[in-house]
Amino acid sequence: MRYMLLIYDRESDWAAMSEAESGKMFQEYMTFTEGIRKSGHMVAGDALQPVSTATTVRVRSGKTVSTDGPFAETREQLGGFYIVEAKDLDEATAIAAKIPGSRTGSIEIRPIMDVPKG
Amino acid sequence: MPAPLPIDRVYREESSRILATLIRLVGDFDLAEEVMHDAFAAALEQWPGHGLPENPRAWLVSTARHKAIDRLRRDIRFRAKQEELARWAAEPAWQDAPEDVGHSDSVAVADDRLRLIFTCCHPALALEAQLALTLRTLGGLTTEEIARAFLVPVATMAQRLVRAKQKIRTAGIPYRVPPADQLEERVEAVLSALYLVFNEGYAATSGPELLRPDLCAEAIRLARIVVSLMPGRPEASGLLALMLLHDARRAARVSTNGELVRLELQDRRLWNRDQMGEGIALTESALKKGGPGSYALQAAIAALHAEAADAAATDWRQIVELYGELCARYPSPVAELNRAAAVGEAYGAAEGLRLLDDLDRRGELARYHLLFAARARFLARLGRKSEAAAEWERARDLATNAAERRFIEREIASAGPPHEAPNSYTAK
Repeated sequence: MRYMLLIYDRESDWAAMSEAESGKMFQEYMTFTEGIRKSGHMVAGDALQPVSTATTVRVRSGKTVSTDGPFAETREQLGGFYIVEAKDLDEATAIAAKIPGSRTGSIEIRPIMDVPKG
Repeated sequence: MPAPLPIDRVYREESSRILATLIRLVGDFDLAEEVMHDAFAAALEQWPGHGLPENPRAWLVSTARHKAIDRLRRDIRFRAKQEELARWAAEPAWQDAPEDVGHSDSVAVADDRLRLIFTCCHPALALEAQLALTLRTLGGLTTEEIARAFLVPVATMAQRLVRAKQKIRTAGIPYRVPPADQLEERVEAVLSALYLVFNEGYAATSGPELLRPDLCAEAIRLARIVVSLMPGRPEASGLLALMLLHDARRAARVSTNGELVRLELQDRRLWNRDQMGEGIALTESALKKGGPGSYALQAAIAALHAEAADAAATDWRQIVELYGELCARYPSPVAELNRAAAVGEAYGAAEGLRLLDDLDRRGELARYHLLFAARARFLARLGRKSEAAAEWERARDLATNAAERRFIEREIASAGPPHEAPNSYTAK
């Protein structure tokens, strides 16, 4: 099964880090990514630019309306994601628990819907 | 006249086991339930003509499996499922592997019902969903019965069960006993679900039967396997001990006319002494292994009742101590109520009543009938008859179980403290 692991964290925490601290965190992510790539679990993954760069778009009655900012203001923000191949939820959970952000923020595990390709 | 075919009995005794096996084979709760019912329907048609198969459970499992394959073939997304179909067809085991509980360190326990309970109690499911699903699949209770037990509307419970089954399927919650390193965090939920199944058998919340010994036996059987999985952990043996000790009183708990009999009025000759001996030994070993858990403490209390030759010989002071420890470690208003009731026995009704009054004032148990039943009992002993009668009525109005309500009615009718009541409902 494929799962998307959504990494929620407080951006303010990242902003408050010293360069050495954020460098260490970055390194941890690199190590983690390398680990799941080698083990064959990695499908995709990326970090996102901060919420301050977000734009939300809606089309209503045929009119496109863009607004500055995220869809919802939350205490923790979506900061990145992985898509992994895992045999079941327990394996996906074990992988998610190794994401460095799980120690400061939270990881939401979402199974990816199997859409039959015609 | 032909002998009636024992399909009902097979259903009652084997359906949870068949369902657990089918869930393993087809990997889907709903499909497993549907095809199990198809198989029983086929049995109703075929068994009267052909006679009972040599192994009815094997017959039902293999019939249900074929029904599942047929259903899947009809599925419009057949091609996408071909792989799955091949896997099922290759699966040779239509039955549980031998129930060998001797290998204590083996986590690959081949017991379908044990796997099932670990799946039902997966931490990714909400607690109420875990318990409801366990009662549904392992306890074989209907959605209506579970809704009544949880005091929620049937539609709410039905939706809760649908969502839980959907999540198991869609989120890929595995069907297995977790590996040793995860057992610790997973076992607590399983123990509370087992205790719930046991209690449902011990005091059924609904249905024509007051007791469902099959559920008690099943909970005890599974607890034995869990104990063998985690030999070093006292909580599982504490629960097993508690269930053995309660279940050992079964024959004395219901009178010949089907009414509940209070502990102090039970005919102790009907107690199963062998089973009590096993329960007491397990309690002692659980208590020795470090800080006693909640089940071990409750088992120790049950053991003291088991050891008393008659009700008057009960060591109530020791029971007060144990409830005190239970309240300190696992505070709950119900534990305090039990302690207050024990205090009343050990140190007099006035002392017990004082504690019950405190509890009543705090209001946490305002809807719990046993608080008022206990107050009524102590008030009656103190000769405050009219106050006692009012408390019995409050208790009756709050009781949800029909048997308990009848029991309270009898107390009201006899209008006296229970040990002076005629013991016409003592089991013979």
